[in-house]
Parts: sequence; C-alpha cells; structure tokens
Amino acid sequence: MINQLIFAYFAAVIIVSAVLVITRRNPVHSVMFMLLLFFHIAGVFVLLNAEFLAAVQLIVYAGAILILFLFVVILLSVEQEAKAARANRFWPWLAGFGFVIAGEIALLVLRGSFPGEGKLAVKHVGAGVKELGVELYTKYLVPFEISSVILLVGLVGAVMLAKKKTRE
Amino acid sequence: MVPLSWYVLLSAALFTIGIVGVLSRRNVFIILMSIELMLNAANINLIAFSHYLQNLTGQIFVIFVITVAAAEAAVALALIILLARNRGTVYVDEFNLLKG
Repeated sequence: MINQLIFAYFAAVIIVSAVLVITRRNPVHSVMFMLLLFFHIAGVFVLLNAEFLAAVQLIVYAGAILILFLFVVILLSVEQEAKAARANRFWPWLAGFGFVIAGEIALLVLRGSFPGEGKLAVKHVGAGVKELGVELYTKYLVPFEISSVILLVGLVGAVMLAKKKTRE
Repeated sequence: MVPLSWYVLLSAALFTIGIVGVLSRRNVFIILMSIELMLNAANINLIAFSHYLQNLTGQIFVIFVITVAAAEAAVALALIILLARNRGTVYVDEFNLLKG
C-alpha cells in the first residue's frame, strides 16, 4: 500500500514535469524541470530495487548530460526566444495524436495481462551491485567493451565537430 | 506491491509526451530533451520487467542505454553549436539547406 502511494507520487511528478519540459518557452526552465524529472525517475528505480542504476541515473543523467545541456543552452541563449513561436503549426494535431497513442497503449495494457505476473517477485533473488557487476563483466563483456568504443567516438566526434576551423 | 502494468502505463505516457515534444516543438534543445525523455521511458520499462521477471539483463541494458544517451547528447550538442554558429538560429524549421 505504501509502495503504491510512493509510486503514485513519483508517477504524478514525472508526468507533470515531462509536460512542463515540452511546453515551457524558456529552455533553461525546461532543463530545470528535466532535473526534477530525473530525480523522480531515480526514485522509481529505487522502488524497483535497482539502487545502482538510480545512482547512475543521478550521476550520469542529472550530473553530466543535463549540465552539458544547461551549458549549451546558456551559451547559445537567443534573444528572440521570448517572442518566437514555441511549436510548429501542427501542434494541436500532434497533441491529439499523442492522446490517441497513449490511450491505445493504456487500453492494451489494462485489458491484457502479463505472463508470470501472478507469481510476483517477493523473493527477490539478489539484484544488488555485486550481481550486476558479475553479470556485466562475464556474460555481457563484449557489449561492455563496445560501449567504451561508443563513448570514445562520442568524445572525438564532439571535439571534431565543435572546434573552430583553422586556416593554414 | 505495485502492479507491473502501472510501470508500463507510466513509461507509455512518458514516451508519448516525448514523441509529441519531438514532433511539435521548434527549439532544437527541447527536441533533444524529448529524445532523452523517450530513452528514460524505455529505461523504466526495462527495469520494471527486469524486476518482475527476476532477471538482471534488463538492468544491464539500461546501463548500455545510458551510455548511448551520453554519447548522443555530446555529439548532438556539438552539432547544435555548429548549426547555431553557421546558421544563426536554433529553430528546426529554419534549417532548410536541403530544400531545392
């Protein structure tokens, strides 16, 4: 019961701040609501016994990615923001389509059932950091190494793209 | 005990908000943030199923998704800086270089 109340609080804040993220005029406000959203998503992860991923969510998303966004938004802060149109001219249609899609998914989820939901996990065989690390470094070692290559490509690509061209 | 369908509904709502944000906003920063919203919706789904199936694979995949999101944010923000420097705007409907 208390879990459901906590989940309801997290879900409500997540949905409201997500809507605020995509509707605010000032991108800095959007980034701030995104920060609130990431904290509450980390709360949902804790509720699902994924403590390590909650910490990673806070450190990587809220700490690194969002600060990068904030820096670039402030760097490129444009003065016409206050009077420019926020959305393109199709936005009422797109919002309507969004409601339709969400309603369809909700209908499917509520009318169907997930296999194995009856024998739900009260036992909770260890999903701690240790088990996660063992799994990551044995079974998923190759994807893990490949993800380091992705990070390297991201690093080099960002530097190459953003550096000024020098004329020789 | 929170039912699994609640998590799926939450992530569906978050994903839909992200789709609407990507398709309807003009500011390229908000579009990128909406993409992050969609990735987070997928993460919630993965972790919820990982918890209810008692299988750690979902959590491993969330780590990879976060890695890809970090690399994507770095490259995309570099592209935005380049675009803003060359075109002087951050609104996607003014980027019409390929229009004949």
